[in-house]
Amino acid sequence: MARVVVDVMLKPEILDPQGKAVEGALGRLGLAGVTSVRQGKSFALELDGEVDEARLAQIHELAGSLLSNPVIEDYVVREVTA
Amino acid sequence: MRVGVVTFPGSLDDRDAARAVRVAGGEAVELWHGDADLHAVDAVVLPGGFSYGDYLRCGAIARFAPVMGPLVAAAEGGLPVLGICNGFQVLCESHLLPGALVRNDHLHFICRDQRLRIESTSTAWTSAYDEGQEIVVPLKNGEGGYVADEATLDRLEGEGRVVARYLELNPNGSRRDIAGISNARGNVVGLMPHPEHAVEPLTGPSTDGLGFFTSILKGLVEA
Repeated sequence: MARVVVDVMLKPEILDPQGKAVEGALGRLGLAGVTSVRQGKSFALELDGEVDEARLAQIHELAGSLLSNPVIEDYVVREVTA
Repeated sequence: MRVGVVTFPGSLDDRDAARAVRVAGGEAVELWHGDADLHAVDAVVLPGGFSYGDYLRCGAIARFAPVMGPLVAAAEGGLPVLGICNGFQVLCESHLLPGALVRNDHLHFICRDQRLRIESTSTAWTSAYDEGQEIVVPLKNGEGGYVADEATLDRLEGEGRVVARYLELNPNGSRRDIAGISNARGNVVGLMPHPEHAVEPLTGPSTDGLGFFTSILKGLVEA
């Protein structure tokens, strides 16, 4: 069994209200020097068998369409070894 | 009888909660999330809404608001505190109540008139009801599923701390149909449905919710 993780983050120029709210809370709770917080999403995909080129390409395609909106979000696909 | 109602950024049921306090015969006192002072109130309501946008987790940021410092200390000392919906989530995040509230099992936001059974009348907020009394109040939530580990659920049941249970339909996948719980002392109650929206016949499905607010006034008069 293989695992692939897709991390999705809002593009740097897009306002992230969730990150801003957390950033404000960190400051109020005394953690100084945090200049930015961005809150993203992480999808963990468990797969039967091996991750070959074709499957990885398919995951990339879905990461850029279903799992993220490329207008406002960036994504990173990474294979995780157990 | 001064009952404080806290307004967090994103609270939206604070006005209804204050109104319910007044309809019940109490004096509603507006408390501001950024003010670390309870202004000598006799009880506090944490209202429904979406505090701090519910970012991170529901109630997670509100739990650190300045007003929560004195509130947690006072609640531990016996001050009656009722958390409704988002307020229930804040109480769980504050560890005044055990467990957590998670996304509804059907994934939908739900809004309906909900039948409940009052399971415990020995809390500060339910003494005006009869044990086993069935009431109908509005329910509206997206993350209303109450979860806790089995040992905690058993303890809540064993100690009579399940305050209200869903009847007919479990609207959110809540464990053991739990709609509300209390702390061991019975002064802190968290409830997912909204009794503050059912205190006048014109605007609610019933006036069944009024008992939560008259309970506290009755308790304070007797104290």
